Amino acid sequence: MEDLNFNVHPPHLYPPYKSTILRSPTKPLMPVKELLKDLSLPVFGESVIGKFDNDLTKNARRNGEPIGERIKVSGVVMDEYGRLLPNILVEIWQANSAGRYIHKAEIHDAPLDPNFLGAGRMLTDRDGKYTFYTIKPGAYPWGNHFNAWRPNHIHFSVIGHQLEHRLVTQMYFPGDPLFDFDPIFQSVPKPARELLIAKFNMDWTDPEFALAYEFNLVLNGKSKTPFE
Amino acid sequence: MKKLRQTPSQTVGPFFAYGLTARQYGYDYSSIIDASLVSDDLEGDRIYITGHVFDGAGTVIPDAMVELCQADGQGRYRIVPIQQKNAGFIGFGRWGTGTTSDHCFRFTTIKPGSVAGQPPHINVILFMRGSLRHLYTRLYFSDETNDTDALLNSIDATRRQTLIAKRKEVNSTVEYHFDIYMQGERETVFFDV
Repeated sequence: MEDLNFNVHPPHLYPPYKSTILRSPTKPLMPVKELLKDLSLPVFGESVIGKFDNDLTKNARRNGEPIGERIKVSGVVMDEYGRLLPNILVEIWQANSAGRYIHKAEIHDAPLDPNFLGAGRMLTDRDGKYTFYTIKPGAYPWGNHFNAWRPNHIHFSVIGHQLEHRLVTQMYFPGDPLFDFDPIFQSVPKPARELLIAKFNMDWTDPEFALAYEFNLVLNGKSKTPFE
Repeated sequence: MKKLRQTPSQTVGPFFAYGLTARQYGYDYSSIIDASLVSDDLEGDRIYITGHVFDGAGTVIPDAMVELCQADGQGRYRIVPIQQKNAGFIGFGRWGTGTTSDHCFRFTTIKPGSVAGQPPHINVILFMRGSLRHLYTRLYFSDETNDTDALLNSIDATRRQTLIAKRKEVNSTVEYHFDIYMQGERETVFFDV
């Protein structure tokens, strides 16, 4: 019997999120797990990562510091059996503190920050850990329905070493009042929604510098080689 | 070992470009994964993988992100870490369909070799606003013998063609065209991975 608790992913079609209606497959996915087993995704070396790629408060400065609440976002990347995965590419992108994305198609009337891009990347260390410094993103309105607002969130893209390890997700902040109104967050089965919410971690804060949030990532499948 | 719950998937959203495909879109940030799966100094004939992604109304999707992952000419997936200076055969590429005015994707690569007796193919991972979970599919080549492939043969015969990229020669370059349909009569076969 499959344990329903492990049913964590949203469906492809979730009509309250309107863009899914014309963009989700209508036919069942082909079960080909056995045929696609053990396919490698690329591994990146440290040299491709820039000095401030994991510090979004520094990687786009022009004439000063970005505006907003400086935070640290940190956690580990694991397989489904809790094995820590080193050398995994974690990429993030987000809105600035005013809820504005730098993307050219973004039309929300909130200020851009000349010192903030909102994108970063890094590799997990030998203990599977990553740490970003950034600015807490603001909420922003979107066109899904009347007065729709996205909760504060940071987008994550994770490239593990196997095809099934690929993950794109969003990290949310504890206690956001917009959870109850956001179809993207709600597309996830209720018991699993907590997995998308970072935990405030007092022990990880940098005193007099930045509060810390913990967000661990568990990838689909198990790693091919046991963790050393 | 106690099994953990996976982190749920969420959509890539409409604004991934300045983070994941910055160079293609002209943002002031570097890209470590780009439209070419090989570095310029690698030997071998170049091929181009082109196509569009269509939604259920037949409209071209202008904000999808396509990733390709393939083996090298000898059928080996790259396992050596990719460094700035030893790129060579990378085997992994990424394209945002908002890059060009006609919203097509266009990758530069070499034809993969056969992996474990299977006909040459490229793994495709697809993301877009409105897609809550990324989708996997596979591209085969129209000028190869594909009829012995176990994966293709496990698919209903009427839908197999959705995975075959069509060869065409354009100004003496070899292009394989692979349109992806989210829905409709030609809905692409996607995999449960």
